[in-house]
Parts: sequence; C-alpha cells; structure tokens
Amino acid sequence: MSTLVAAIVGPGNIGIDLLAKLERSTCIDVRYMVGVDEASEGLAIATRKGVETSAGGVPWLLSRPELPDLVFEATSAGAHLVNAPRYVDAGIRAVDLTPAMVGPLVCPAVNIDAHLDAWNTNMITCGGQATIPVVHAVSRVATVEYAEIVASIASRSAGPGTRANIDEFTQTTARAVAEVGGAARGKAIIILNPVDPPMLMRDTVFCSLPEEVDRDAVAASIAQMVAEVQSYVPGYRMVAEPQFDDPREDWGGRGRVAVFLEVEGNGDYLPPFAGNLDIMTSAAVRVGERIAQAVPA
Amino acid sequence: MTAAERPRLRITDSTLRDGSHAMRHQFTEEQVRATVHSLDAAGVEVVEVAHGDGLGGSSFNYGFSRTDELRLIAAAVDEATSAQIAVLLLPGVGTVEDLQAAHAVGASVARIATHCTEADVSTQHFAEARELGMETVGFLMLSHRLAPADLAQQARTMVDAGAQCVYVVDSAGHMILTDAQLRIEALVAAIGRDAQVGFHGHQNLSLGVANSVLAYRAGATQLDGALCGLGAGAGNSPTEVLVAVLERLGIPTGVDVGAVSAGAEDVVRPYIPRLPWTDRASITQGVVGVYSSFLLHAELAAARYDVPAHLILERAGAAGFVGGQEDMIIDIALKLAAEAAAAPTG
Repeated sequence: MSTLVAAIVGPGNIGIDLLAKLERSTCIDVRYMVGVDEASEGLAIATRKGVETSAGGVPWLLSRPELPDLVFEATSAGAHLVNAPRYVDAGIRAVDLTPAMVGPLVCPAVNIDAHLDAWNTNMITCGGQATIPVVHAVSRVATVEYAEIVASIASRSAGPGTRANIDEFTQTTARAVAEVGGAARGKAIIILNPVDPPMLMRDTVFCSLPEEVDRDAVAASIAQMVAEVQSYVPGYRMVAEPQFDDPREDWGGRGRVAVFLEVEGNGDYLPPFAGNLDIMTSAAVRVGERIAQAVPA
Repeated sequence: MTAAERPRLRITDSTLRDGSHAMRHQFTEEQVRATVHSLDAAGVEVVEVAHGDGLGGSSFNYGFSRTDELRLIAAAVDEATSAQIAVLLLPGVGTVEDLQAAHAVGASVARIATHCTEADVSTQHFAEARELGMETVGFLMLSHRLAPADLAQQARTMVDAGAQCVYVVDSAGHMILTDAQLRIEALVAAIGRDAQVGFHGHQNLSLGVANSVLAYRAGATQLDGALCGLGAGAGNSPTEVLVAVLERLGIPTGVDVGAVSAGAEDVVRPYIPRLPWTDRASITQGVVGVYSSFLLHAELAAARYDVPAHLILERAGAAGFVGGQEDMIIDIALKLAAEAAAAPTG
C-alpha cells in the first residue's frame, strides 16, 4: 500500500465534502484543490485546512513541481471531458464524480476489483451507488430478468446541473443497473421531494425473480451486501426486511423482491438529509483508497 | 386580454391517460380506438393517450402496461380524424427519447408534468418538444401545495422553457372553489401575455366541474375531463358533465353534448371494471391532499399487509410524498402492520 498524493478538482459542495472525508484517510493525502473562481468558498475552506489551492484550474495543477497521483473530479461532465485526457497524458489517475462516463462505471461494493488499474473510473449516479449493490446482491444468487430502482431525494440536494439534465440520471442509472448490477434489463426513476424539513434520501429496488427461487439465499445475499456498503457509507440502511411477492401474470409470470433503503449523510460538510451526495463522495473515497491499496509501496 | 382576443375554450380528454390509473394500465387497442373514435366524432380537440404516469411509466412501481403505450398512441393517431393526440411525460420517469418515440408515431401535443415546486426539471423536455414541432403544455402537479404567487413563478419557469400553456393541476382533488380560482388568476397575471392557462380537476371532494367553471371564469382557456370521470382517485371532471355545464352557461367548447354523453355511456362505461367513486380512501386523499393515483396502490398494499387503505393515505399526506413516490406506500403499510403487531391486544 502507498499513500497517494491527491487533488480535488471542483471546489463546490461535493468537493468540500470529499475533502472532509479524505482528511480521515490514511492512504490518500489531499495536497491540492483547484477551481476557476477566486471568490470560491470551497477554495477558502481548503486553504484554511492547509491544502494548496488555486483558481487557476487544471493548468495550474498540471504545472505543480510534484503532480498528484490521483484526481477526484467534481466539476461537470463537460469540464471532465476536457480534463480527462490531460490527466492521462500527465500520468494521473482520475475518479470521476461527474456524469461524463469517460471510464468504466464503478460501484465499489460490486466491481472495483475489476477496475483497479483503470486510468479513469466513473462513479455513475447517487441513485446508482445506493441501489446497484442490492441489484448485484440479488443477481449473484438468482436470475434477474428486470430490475427497477426508484430514488427519492430532497429537492434542496438536487443542484442546477442535475435539474437541467435529469434524463442523464435516469438513462445512466438504468444502464448501470443492468451492466454493473447484473440485471438483463434496467430501469431508473428519480423523484424530487420538496418537503420541509428535507427528507432523507430513499431508494427502492425492485428485482424480478424466477418462479423457483431460494428466498432465504436472496435475503442473506442482500443483508451481506448492505453490510458491505455500510462499511463505507455508515448512514446506509434497509428500513424493512426485503419483501417477496409471488409470481403474477402482469409481471410476465415472474415474482419480485422489493428492498427499501434509506441513506443518511454523514454530515461532514453537506447536511445529513443529502444522503444522495454523501453516498457519492463516500463511494469515491472508497474507490480512491482501493486504488491506493493496490499500488505497491 | 379582452373577450375578443380570448381563444375559445378547449377541452382535453384524458380518459386514455389519467383513466389508465383506474384501469390499472390494462387498456387494449380496441378500447383505445373506440374511445378516440367517439371523442373525435363528438368534437373533442385533444385526446391524451399514455400510461397513467406518463411515457415510460410502465413499471413495477406504477404498474405495467398491458399494451405497449406506443402501440396505443399509434392506434389513437390512426383513429382520429381531427383530434390531436397528446402524451404526458414526467421528467424523472420518462425521457426525451420516449417523447421522440411518441412523436414518431404521431403524437402532436406534449404535456410535461412536474411536482408544482420542481418546474425547472422540465427544461430539456420542453426544448425537445418544441424542437420536434409539438404543441407544449406544462402540468404543475399537486398545485394546492403552493401559494398562488409561488405557483405562478413555477409556471413562468415552464413558459420560459417553452410551454405554450401551463395547467393548475389539482392532483389530489383537494382544491375547494377559490383555491382553484386564485391559482388560475395568479397564473393568468404572470404568464397570460405569453401562454394560456389550464385546469385539471379531480373529483375526490366532488368539485372537479365546479372548480373548472371557476377556472374558466378566472381566465383558463384549456380544461381537462375524462369520460365517466375515469381517472385516478375519485376520478377526473367527467367530460360529459363538464361540457353540459359549460353549454348551459353559454360557453362554447365545440363539443357536442349528446355525442360525448353517448360515448361515455355506450363506449367507456361498458369496459370500466370499477367506476371511480368518492369512497373513504379517495375522500381521505382529497382531505389530506394526497396524489390521486396512490389510491389503487394503497388498496393493494392494504390487502397485502392487512392495514386500512385510508390510514396509508393519511400517512402519505403527513409525510408530504409527491407524485411518483408510490414505492413509499408499501413502506407505510409495513410500518402500520408493525405498529399493529406491537400494539397490546384485548
């Protein structure tokens, strides 16, 4: 295991929350944070924490005498598409929290081992990080012809980028439910709820099941997976036991398991209701740490 | 605007979209064809066809469509001689790809629905609808949850995104007379120069038609109905009653009252498994302001977990759940069942 020198690109809410989490890491040392706005509150916070900061963006970062080993990108898909090849040219690996999807879709509890040597890893979406582990938990013990996830998040935790392109969420998550989760087909739904005080993130996973299925094995696999996700997202939990339904004609003769999840944020920088943002930053930290652990000292 | 400038009131019939909830999304192509044929002949100008939760709504969460909605939309387009076929899309459930597919089979009106506080998630869908050359309508669901002035701001967001009309949508059938009137007035004042204003009523407190009349008087120029009131909760304003009332008031709609009543009675009534009705659960929805399409899902969960449907709906209202959060109904039922099991007996 090595200690990797890291940079955070994008000093917004996500970037600052990432910094708070990475400060606790024993194998990642955040040395730089960059943005493009001199007046950024995030850069000011990072400076006070002793991080070298600049509003000079990625060009400033790439002109440092010591380059980072790893970059966490928390900007936008457009910015990351421009930055990604620069990182590769400079020999820097990237953990991408934007929807750019330059690299493979990664969920740490499911498929990080297959991508430890990737130059670029994409963190999918918040709803994907919350639900794909459960889809995988079911599909590793039973055939899942179709999986569907419903993510409900507090309106206040959905930024302008998400709002302007909400289809990006539904399409990317649906794709990853199938590709990473292991369902033959995937569907994703996102709901914004404005209730005050804000609701915690809620996620529901529905997986189709064959007529003959070992429900105990499915439930055990789900419980094991929830514990695995909890190891890097402490506020992740099932609010009820998995609910099994018998096959129905209008479900194509298949049965169903429904799993009800809640994600409470750690409150590092973002408020606890923003579990959707917390699970993204927590999963990104886990990916970064796994990469660091895989690098020979 | 002056009376001379005011466009004639237009009726949009949603039997084949909002009614899809009451049909558990089991519409057949024959039922769609017969209904469109009848509405078209009666002079209804816009007929909405889609899964009850909009394009892409076919799912575990909302119920799977028996017939692919694109096939139903194509059949409706084929059957209509003058009526336009509209589709509904909820961003977060459906996508612009679904809209493109509906347009490709002939849908020409795009109705984009968001929760009343979240209008800005519709921007990309309005842009695409306009790009496709579709007429655009914005749908502010559960409009009772916002004060008139705030609702008008959300309507402005939709108009700026490309909406040519914005509806006050009483998804819970919660509005009582002036609740509808004041919201329509606020929208007309805010967007009336740039767009039309519409009203979509539900019958949970039996005021769908009365609210629609007040909406018209406050400046609404598009009103929704459904034959036999077929819709979520206690149903929509019945189209045949709505046009009869408007005719008696001397308000032209272009719809023939006799023909539309015949369509309700002879075409739609025979295929409805259960007429929408103001029963305890749907009245509860109206009182506490719960999204009407939660009704049948609450009944299913009530039967599955042996808890009362109206209590599920009360909890859904107290929690502030919005349209689309049907999954939370099972969650509430599980909690109610656990509470009942923990309660002392005897």
